[in-house]
Amino acid sequence: MPLFAAAIIIFGLIKRTAVFDEFIKGAKEGFGTLLTIAPSILGLVFAVGLLKSSGAVDVICSAVKPVADYLGFPDEIVPMALLRPVSGSGSTALLIQVFEGNGPDSFPGRVASVLAGSSETTFYATAMYFGSIRVKNIRHTLAAAIAADLTAAILSVVTVRLFFY
Amino acid sequence: MLNYVWSFIVILSIICSIFLGNTENLSAAFIDSAADAVELIITLAGIICLWSGIMRIASASGLTEIFARFFAPILRPLFPNLDKKGEAFKSITMNITSNLLGLGNTATPLGLKAMSELQKLNGYSDTASDEMVIFVVMNTASMQLLPTMLGSLRQSYGSASPFEIIVPVWISSGCAMAVALLIACSLNKLGRKAPAGAHPRLS
Repeated sequence: MPLFAAAIIIFGLIKRTAVFDEFIKGAKEGFGTLLTIAPSILGLVFAVGLLKSSGAVDVICSAVKPVADYLGFPDEIVPMALLRPVSGSGSTALLIQVFEGNGPDSFPGRVASVLAGSSETTFYATAMYFGSIRVKNIRHTLAAAIAADLTAAILSVVTVRLFFY
Repeated sequence: MLNYVWSFIVILSIICSIFLGNTENLSAAFIDSAADAVELIITLAGIICLWSGIMRIASASGLTEIFARFFAPILRPLFPNLDKKGEAFKSITMNITSNLLGLGNTATPLGLKAMSELQKLNGYSDTASDEMVIFVVMNTASMQLLPTMLGSLRQSYGSASPFEIIVPVWISSGCAMAVALLIACSLNKLGRKAPAGAHPRLS
């Protein structure tokens, strides 16, 4: 990771880019991103906090458990997998809670990482892109996108098992 | 969408806590969760700003464009009806490249531009064109070569090797992408044969 950053900076210097100025601009954009996602993080951490403390998470997990178990899916990341297609900031918040609770190098931590790295906020992205050009009939976009999300969910468990256990 | 999901979660929790006799825990969570959220946001702040800054150097110095030139031939067969030098195809390659490099901030405006160019070719119809379907599907099946943000998050939570998950990520997202494209392309073809799903094409 530091090497990757160094390569970008060196390339920038060779191309005579105002490296530090651009870095500052980018970091500022980063704050903008953070500010836009901060309220939804707060809202979702709150909701998930309630979900956990009330015992509702156990109720949901026991309902989804047969399917999750069949696929070898760890219980801890069921909420994250369910929220992933809807909300990016929300599932990031849940990813971090898995890291805090189980550690990033645990089985659930690894599966959650792979899932986060290989899926997107399907509904949000689809709504944004088609909404921006006022297309209403999106044909089979969602079918294909949801198939991709399911593939990613199943393979995140399969690949982690293959690579680490 | 989130309006319903969020309300559902909150209401379900409150009902469950009453039935399970957990109301005290719930009251505690009411206060603690807000504090947890702020802590989380501060942890995220450093990582997001740092990588946004570094990635901004990559796009300002033209590094992203070099990658885009490399990926253009791979994307070509997916959009056979688009002009190779047209604005639409250019925006598409830049968007996909930015996504591959994990430049979310750069990718979104480029993606919106690509969609508006595709809409011009589509004659401002309210039905999606084949190209739109493929493009949006590729965006929702995000493939990332170097998930920098994910790696940083793993590192800040004490992972011994934050990037050990990279090959599984490639395999998983590569397969997801392949499945999505396969379905999108074959359904595109079906739609063209059946007159019911057909739509006027200007490209």
